[in-house]
Order: sequence, then structure tokens, then C-alpha cells
Amino acid sequence: MSLIVKTIARWVVGFIFLYGIYTMVYGHLTPGGGFAGGVILACAYILIMLAYGRGFAFRNLDWRIARALDSVGGILFLTLGVLGMILLMDDGAFFFVNFIQRSLPGEPFHLFNAGTIPIGNLVIGIKVMGAVFVGFALLSMVRVYEFRGERVFESREEEE
Amino acid sequence: MKELIPYLVIIPLFAGLLIPVLARLERRLSGLIGNLGILAALVISGLLFGESGEYLVGGWSAPIGIVLRVDMLSVLLLWLIGVVGICSGIYSVKYMERYTGSGSYWGLFLLMIAGMNGVVVSGDLFNLYIFLEIASIASYALVGFKGEAEELEASFKYAVLSSVGSLFFLLGIGVLYLAYGTVNMGQLAGRLSEEAGAVNLKHFGVVLLISGVSLKSALVPFHSWLADAHPSAPAPVSAMLSGVLIKAIGIYVLVRVVFNIYGFNRSLSYLLLALGALSMVGGVLLAIGQWDYKRLLAYHSISQIGYVIIGIGLGTPLGIMGGIYHLINHGIFKGLLFLSAGAVEYSAGTRDLREMGGLSQRLPVTSGASLIGSLSISGIPPFNGFFSKLIIIFACIEARYYGVAIAAVIVSILTLASFMKVLRYGFYGRLNERFEGLREAPFSMRVAMLVLIILCLGMSVLILPLLREMVLVEAEKVLSQGIGLLAMGL
Amino acid sequence: MIIYFLVLILFSVGVYGLLSQKNLLKLIISLSIMESAVNLFLICAGYRQEAEAPIMSLGQSLEVFVGHSVDPFPQAMVITAIVIGLGVLALLITIALRLYHRYGTFDITEIRRLKG
Repeated sequence: MSLIVKTIARWVVGFIFLYGIYTMVYGHLTPGGGFAGGVILACAYILIMLAYGRGFAFRNLDWRIARALDSVGGILFLTLGVLGMILLMDDGAFFFVNFIQRSLPGEPFHLFNAGTIPIGNLVIGIKVMGAVFVGFALLSMVRVYEFRGERVFESREEEE
Repeated sequence: MKELIPYLVIIPLFAGLLIPVLARLERRLSGLIGNLGILAALVISGLLFGESGEYLVGGWSAPIGIVLRVDMLSVLLLWLIGVVGICSGIYSVKYMERYTGSGSYWGLFLLMIAGMNGVVVSGDLFNLYIFLEIASIASYALVGFKGEAEELEASFKYAVLSSVGSLFFLLGIGVLYLAYGTVNMGQLAGRLSEEAGAVNLKHFGVVLLISGVSLKSALVPFHSWLADAHPSAPAPVSAMLSGVLIKAIGIYVLVRVVFNIYGFNRSLSYLLLALGALSMVGGVLLAIGQWDYKRLLAYHSISQIGYVIIGIGLGTPLGIMGGIYHLINHGIFKGLLFLSAGAVEYSAGTRDLREMGGLSQRLPVTSGASLIGSLSISGIPPFNGFFSKLIIIFACIEARYYGVAIAAVIVSILTLASFMKVLRYGFYGRLNERFEGLREAPFSMRVAMLVLIILCLGMSVLILPLLREMVLVEAEKVLSQGIGLLAMGL
Repeated sequence: MIIYFLVLILFSVGVYGLLSQKNLLKLIISLSIMESAVNLFLICAGYRQEAEAPIMSLGQSLEVFVGHSVDPFPQAMVITAIVIGLGVLALLITIALRLYHRYGTFDITEIRRLKG
């Protein structure tokens, strides 16, 4: 990629990352939430991959770690749902009940407000970031070309 | 006991997310955790027997919150998913050893089971759509799992057609929401019966829902993906796909929408009878000329689904009971047939009936499984297929649809002829020389097939009056009470 | 009223694309058009006349907020439907790539080994 693209990418990617975290964390107050924030975070890494190449991006975030983040995020989200059922022993124990809101309610329009919803947003954001990044990384590692009359399906992991 | 309902989805989902992480550490762990997850779902569905009620997710009640409901029909389908699931699970431990990526396979398999369980217990149309999509996407990936050319082609066709079906379903949900302002099944049933909204949108919405679901359950104008998807998928996935998936997400959703939400009337009865008769006859005629064992089984699936739709489309209590009974029986014997086809493929390496010959001398358990499955599907007493087909034919005669009854009998005879061909060419007769040194399938695969063989005989006892009252009549009452049961909030 | 017809016309464009195109990637794009049309339909179903987005601002009372905003439930449905569409799209693109490897072409009239 040319020098202009590399320079601008280097300046802008920090802001994109920060914006993604902002969308995730303030998901219960402003539009966005877990999914949109996760996609924006993944876009930051994709920008790095487009401007600087796959090897550099993998040195920042290895795709195997992102794949593990995906699964771990899902497990954490399910745990968040079940935790309410385990901790609340009275009649109000349902799946995904907002158990933090019942014990420590916050005032509206504040950051620590809606109980398990911000925690759920963070977990889903990490999961979606991992999933979108892994999808893009796997599609970029694969190349199909003709070599001496035969089709070759090549899967390369190391590239500068 | 009603607190156990969300665990039907939580436990397989948790196992399905845990397996890809653990499979990188220890490869054999994935099969163990997977089977434990399915077994837990089966046990919970057994504990829910006789329950009937609602579960509010998150404590939020009906229009705002998601509602999960169980009744006898849901419990029967949950039990079917669990039984065929655990047999396919035990079977795939050995079968999938020849392929890599067992972590992904078990993760997708458990995700499919979690999705199907979610569809069956959901009490809300949009929640049903979400779980429908979870199960469908997992099955698209599983059909193309082997990664060869034909599997990928079949998987692509299946994915595109099934996505179109889901989009029609979502459009139907949108139209019904536009007209009635709710997606909760109970409230929707109440508002539809009061004619509180625009009537034209009601018909449009329900027709969209029915057409979307018909694509998923492979009724005859929409059946072309089934014949390609089945031979390509690995055998336990084919057993789940044909035995459970087209029922749990296809016919169950159709039945819920038609009976409990829309209300059953004569024009819908004619529509369902037409679709059913077309599927029944078309499936068996397409199946007779087949020489690929799994493709033949796929076409027979279409035909038997036609029987179920005819039984349900009659609308009489006997017809609905016959339809539901045949649904469960078909899941079991079709699962058995697909597992035995997979065992033949595992041992002998071929699916073509002209190449197989005399396999019963070398593969006794597999041949026995195919024999009993064939007898069940053709409707030979005392196996379970006979009783359910008998009830459906009696219901046709009782409702004075004599043509449909005669067609059902003829199709049954043609099914018998087709399976006689399978048994004669594939299993009995002269042993082909290249199969001299053939060995029987491994122990776990034999155990799975034996369990299903015992169930093929065992499900016949549901016809006895006491068990019939407890199980089948309860399930049929859920449907024939129509809108009333849901609108009362039960 | 007319907006629903326009959205259904968009859906029909997607269906036409699915029926007439021969390239695999164009089939995937047609499917994506259909999915966008259905999402648009869902959002339009929640519209209320002279209303604002369902985000409560500081100092607004609950009754004013409820009476003055569009229905937020279709928006939640559409977020979920978009995520589902993303999953299907990723899967279809991967299958299309591997089909190109096996068959050497993206043309569906040539990818026809399964018959009968």
C-alpha cells in the first residue's frame, strides 16, 4: 500500500478503536451496543491488515487468539445468563434475569446503570470482534490460482 | 420442573461453544462432551413429561419478554430430537474419526441440537425464527463438512434455498406484526381470532409463513434440495437432517402456525391435503429409479412427510393423531436407515446398490438394521410404521377422502417394492468378491443402530390404549383445540 | 402505504436476480438484496407518524417518551436479522470460494455433478 494510506491508517486506527469501545460501553445509553461495537473494533484490525499486510496484523492479534476469544465470549455470555438463576434463590430467578439491577440499581443516564446489560454488551463485543476478524483473516489466507494447467488451493499463513 | 426449560437450550449451547476450545487440547474429549450434552438434553426432556406451561425469560411477561412454552407436542418432539441425537452422537464418535476437524463437527452438531430444542419450546414467533436460523446455519455447514466437490455443491444449493425460505418466514412475521402489533403466539392467536386488524394482511402473512416453512420441510414443489443434501452429508448428519430437522423446524412450525395461530379451516385443509398427496406420490415415484442408497432414502423421506401432512391436513382428531405418530416413527426408522447406510459406506466404501451385494453375510448388524428399517417404513406389522400408516388411512376413510386413502395404500405398496429392491440388491443375494474381507462396523456404531432397532419395535406400544391416552391423545389435543389453548395463556 | 410496495418491489428484484443470474457471487448478492428488503420492511412496520427515534433524552418524562417515539421492537428484530444474515453470508462466500477451487468456475450451469 502507498505511503499516504499507511500514514493515514496509522493515525486513524487509534480513534477507530476508541470509537468502537465507546459504542460498546455506552450501549445502554446511546445507539449501538455489543454487536455494532464489536464490528467497529474488528474494522480497526482489518484496516491495519489492508494497509500494512497480513503478517503485521497477525503480530498484533493472532487469529488463533481471536478464535479462542470467540468461543470464550460465548461461554461468558451464557454464564452471565445462568448466574442470575444460581445466585437468586427466590421466586425471581429466571434465565437472563437482571440480577445486578435488582440488588444495586443505578440512576438513569449514568454509566453503571442497567445491571447485566453493559457486561453483556462488552462480552458480545469481544465475541463479535473475534468472529469477524477470524472470518476476514481466513478469507485472506486463501488463494486459488492456476499453475501449469492445474488449480491450486493455497493456504498461506506467513506473509510480510 | 418448569425451571428446567431453558436448560434445554443452555446445556447443548454451552457444550457446543466449549468443544472447539477443548478440542485443540485433547481430540477425544470433543466426542465425550458432545454426547454428554445431548444426553443432558434428553434427560431434561424426559423430566418435562406431562408438563404444560410457560416460562418467562428474564422475568419479563408476555408482550415485552420472550416466553418459552411446553406442552405435550413439544415434549414429544424434544424426546425425538434427544433420542435420534444421542444415537447419531454415539455413532459419530467412530464415524468421524476418518475426518479432521472433529472440534468443529461436534460444535456445529450441538449447536444444531440447541437450535432445534429452542424452536420446539419457543412461544414467540421471532424467537422461533432465531432458533430456526441457528439450527439451519449449523446444518448448512454440516452438510458440506466433507469438503469434496459434490458436498460443497449440495451445501450451496441447500443454503441458498433454505435462506430464501427463512426470508419468506421473516417477511411473514413482519406482515403479521404490521397488522397485529405482536409476535407472541398467544396474543397473536387472540387478536387473529377477534379479527382486530386488517383481514387481507392476515391471509398474506400466513401464506408467507407457510411457504417459508414448506421450503424447510421439503414438500413437493420445494423438495429439490433434499435429494442432493442427503448423500453428501456424513451419515449421522443425514440421520439428524432427515429424521429430525425437517420435522422439528419444518413440520412442527407449520403445525403451530396453522393450528394454534391461524385457526384451521377448510381451505387450509385442502391446501395441506394437496401438498401432502403430491409429496407422497411424487417422492415414491422419484425413489423407485434410484440406485444410490442414500438418495433413495432421501426421496422416501419426502414421501413419508407427505403421509404426515395428509394426516395433519385432515383436521380430524384421528388424522392429527396419526400424523403426529407417523412423525415420530419416521424420525426413528429413517434415522436407523441412514445410520445403516452410513455403516455400509464406512465398511464397504460404496453407496451404489449395484455394487453392493450379499452384504448380510459379512455385516449382520448393519443388514439387520436395514431390514428392520425397511419393514418399518413399508408398514409391515408389528413394527411402528404399520400402526401409524393404519391410523392415517383410517382417518382418510373416516373423513371420506377415499381417493387419498387409496393413493396412500398404493404408495405404501410401492415403498415396499422399492425397499425389496434395496434388500435384494444390496444385502441379500450373492456376495460380491471384493467384499470377502469385510468387517462389521465398530462397536459404538452397532450400539447406536441396536438402540434404534429396539425403538422401532418399542414405539408400536404407543398404540395400546393406556399409553395412547397419555401420550398421543394429549399431543393431538394441543392441536385440535386450536387457538383456544394458546390464547388462554396456557 | 406506498413504501411497503416499494420494499416488496426491492424484494422482487432480489428474487429476479436469484432466478436469472448464473454467477455464484451474483446469487449471493441477490440473496443479500432480498435480506435487506426484508429488514427494511420490518423497520417500516414500526413507524409511527410524527415520531422520533426511541432514545430517551435527559429531562424527558416517561409518558412523553412513550407517546412520541417509534416502536423500538422492530429495530431489535432487525439487529438480530442483520447478524443472522452476516453469518449466512460468511458461510456462503466460503463455500463459493471452495467451489471455485473444486470446479474451476463460478458458473452454476457447469457445477452440476449431482443429478437424478
